[in-house]
Amino acid sequence: MKIGLFIPCYVDQFYPKVAIATYELLQKLGCEVEFPMGQTCCGQPMANSGYAHLTKGCDANFIANFTGFDYIVCPSGSCVLHVKDHLHDEKQEEKAAAIRNTVYELTEFITDILKIDHIDGNFPFKVGMHQSCHGQRGLHLSQMTELNAPFFSKPQQLLQNIKGLDLVSLSRKDECCGFGGTFCVTEEAVSVKMGKDRIKDHESHDVDFITGGDMSCLMHLEGILKRQNSRIKTIHIAEILNSLEN
Amino acid sequence: MSSEKIIPHSEAAAKFNKDVERVNWHDETLWFVREKRDRSAHQIPDWELIRETASKIKNNVLSNIHDYLVQFEENALKNGVIVHWAADGKEHNEIVHSILEKHKVTQMVKSKSMLTEECHLNDYLAEKGIEVIDSDLGEYIVQLRKEPPSHIVLPAIHLKKEDVSETFHEHLGTEKGNFNPQYLTESARHSLRNTFLTRKAALTGVNFAIAETGEFVVCTNEGNADMGAHLADVHIASMGFEKLIPQRKHLGVFLRLLARSATGQPITTFSSHFKKPRDGKEIHIVIVDNGRSTQLGRPEFRNSLKCIRCGACMNTCPVYRRSGGHSYHNAVAGPIGSILAPNLDMSKNADLPFASTLCGSCTNVCPVKIDIHDQLYKWRQVLVKEGHTPTAKTAAMKTMATVLANPTVFNIAGKSGRFVMKNIPSLVNNKMNKWYDQREMPAVPEESFREWYKKNSRASKAKDNEQ
Amino acid sequence: MSSKAAILNKIKQNKPEFVSELPDLSVLGSDQFDVLEKYKTTLKSIGGDFVEVSGIEEVKAYIKNNYALEKRIITTIPELSEIASLDWENDDPHSLQDVELTIIKGHFGVAENSAIWVTDEILGQRAAPFIAQYLSIIVDKNTIIPTMHQAYEKIGNQDYGFGTFIAGPSKTADIEQSLVLGAHGARGLVVFLVD
Repeated sequence: MKIGLFIPCYVDQFYPKVAIATYELLQKLGCEVEFPMGQTCCGQPMANSGYAHLTKGCDANFIANFTGFDYIVCPSGSCVLHVKDHLHDEKQEEKAAAIRNTVYELTEFITDILKIDHIDGNFPFKVGMHQSCHGQRGLHLSQMTELNAPFFSKPQQLLQNIKGLDLVSLSRKDECCGFGGTFCVTEEAVSVKMGKDRIKDHESHDVDFITGGDMSCLMHLEGILKRQNSRIKTIHIAEILNSLEN
Repeated sequence: MSSEKIIPHSEAAAKFNKDVERVNWHDETLWFVREKRDRSAHQIPDWELIRETASKIKNNVLSNIHDYLVQFEENALKNGVIVHWAADGKEHNEIVHSILEKHKVTQMVKSKSMLTEECHLNDYLAEKGIEVIDSDLGEYIVQLRKEPPSHIVLPAIHLKKEDVSETFHEHLGTEKGNFNPQYLTESARHSLRNTFLTRKAALTGVNFAIAETGEFVVCTNEGNADMGAHLADVHIASMGFEKLIPQRKHLGVFLRLLARSATGQPITTFSSHFKKPRDGKEIHIVIVDNGRSTQLGRPEFRNSLKCIRCGACMNTCPVYRRSGGHSYHNAVAGPIGSILAPNLDMSKNADLPFASTLCGSCTNVCPVKIDIHDQLYKWRQVLVKEGHTPTAKTAAMKTMATVLANPTVFNIAGKSGRFVMKNIPSLVNNKMNKWYDQREMPAVPEESFREWYKKNSRASKAKDNEQ
Repeated sequence: MSSKAAILNKIKQNKPEFVSELPDLSVLGSDQFDVLEKYKTTLKSIGGDFVEVSGIEEVKAYIKNNYALEKRIITTIPELSEIASLDWENDDPHSLQDVELTIIKGHFGVAENSAIWVTDEILGQRAAPFIAQYLSIIVDKNTIIPTMHQAYEKIGNQDYGFGTFIAGPSKTADIEQSLVLGAHGARGLVVFLVD
């Protein structure tokens, strides 16, 4: 199975350890993984700001880099959702459609395509799970509290066999952290307040780590935690799932 | 109101956030309502099917609205109701005024009607020398304070009991410092009872209008719409034309959804069906367009007309809860207001679709399944194309587009970006960068992933071994 | 062009081309619960109260024991003439302002929300259930149905000038979301559930 590794631009630049964990984890799970070197960004920051019409170049570059893989896997629900919903190219729509249908967020790829329902590992800490809205409400990685429907959670399912990991139940299970792309600076006051409130929920459950499937949410929360000199750390779920040494 | 300078949402929200205790209270109070909604909805096994059914009924209405309106008017006339048509807010206000003038009425009692807020009816009538008293307790409070409602279902949710106590002390002579909600409500009851007993004209909103029968339904908990309407000689009901539903039996679907979505109650205390006027009295219905037919013509946004004004999207919206209804400078605030307002005036409301993280919770609670967060995204595209964004932002986005379309340029830009962050933090980490006001920048790693990958990937290692 | 014609024209022009069919409602309302129990617990939860009685005599006795009989009590039920007046139906509704208690019959009750359906023919006056300080409604237990879907099946094409579902006493939570009973309408509702 040939996997194209799609790494969000800010993860490439600021959180290489998350990309490395994803790369190593997929290999451990038996995938042949390649990182196309010409990839830049999915174009979401522009599209969500109202400039979707400027993403044509981005889209073409994405297609050039990611055509020909069996699957494209990315450790970010948000970026995957953008590609699934908005990747188009008039000149090569078939290729765009193929990519839209084969792009997966890391945890759903593991549970739905690799059909693996748990991963062994070791992470002896109290952990709070931050659901990214795009992963949850966009990609349906887990059930949403608004709906009258049975519970499930793909990321949570994968964590069940991690030794020592104590997953807390938050008071507000799936409230947005307030990152929101450019929202984090254009609506700075509300964005930060939302982040602080999310942190308070984790704090009141005494967590050591906040984990999640989207580094953008975690970057925002980490920024606030660091400013507060908090002892709580953020960690991408790929890093926990890759915690077992080979 | 229209001549006042509009404060952009982000600015009003920043101001709202200066009082942290107040924001916490506002957030928690509305979250409490959201939780009540969840508990109530989750008790109904068919909840999601009922939402789907309601959505389908409303879709049917959108595609047949012309015929349903004709049918509704025909039946209403048969019932002895007088029907008026208003192309916009101004005409609506003129019609209401002409009815009052004909009956020589100078004082009117009004129950909750967001449409009259949208049309600024109270201001219009005040200019004509007609006094309007809002009878919903929340609306009564904000009216005394000369404020607009901050929420369509909970008009005074931005106020604390201390604020209400002050206001009532000033206007109703209640005891200073008595904050007891029971006492304050009782005082308003007494004051408004006198109003109900002395008004010859009452205006109500309309929750649902039934094409099949020509009747309309008004839902309240307080009983204020009924107190007004049944004691007045003239009952005026103002409705946006999208309030129509095809048949009486469809009320079964909507009345199951409305109160549960709004406050978590199984139904409002009163769901009153007005079909014919009392002997010798008059019922007038004013059917209002005011931009709705334009919205109907926008395929991407017409679904917003399915709204039944339950307010669930506001209660669940993490941005609304932390910015307050007034920051939306529109009669309808929150997520639904942000997709309705640009239809009325794009330049005035260009900020609203950006006052969201697109988290999508609004769409999930919407009882008629309006794709609210997708419409927020789509409005952003329209507003940019129509030139309602700052030029600096557009320039920055164009640069970004060029860089991201070109891997070579991106690699250089990426490296220089990291170089700057790592070596000259003062350049980025100053007050000009809104990220940094209350957050740290991420630490800059030794190397990017792609640099690591070049050295450590299986392919490159294999290559190294060959050499 | 009149506004009516202009609005209708524009709607015709702008409405979706695709016509959505109306959904099937018959699949809804199959909620499973004990109808009477559900009715009672729901009514309690929204601030109302109930008394189970075997007939009108017990209604009378309850009212005698629980309300101030010297205050004005009105009804539309002739059997209650001993404790309530019947001669107000043609009066100016404003004259009902001093009513302490209104006693009426309901057509039927709805278990899921404890609402009771009433119309002009059993109200006497439209204002009667709203203007009184307290309200009592007599409902035949056997008429209680599970959900609003059955309610509208039952209503069918019944003709009325005015009809309303009443669920509990008038209430508001407009001050800090604290629930207060008796906003503008009745401060209390007692439902007599008759066998």
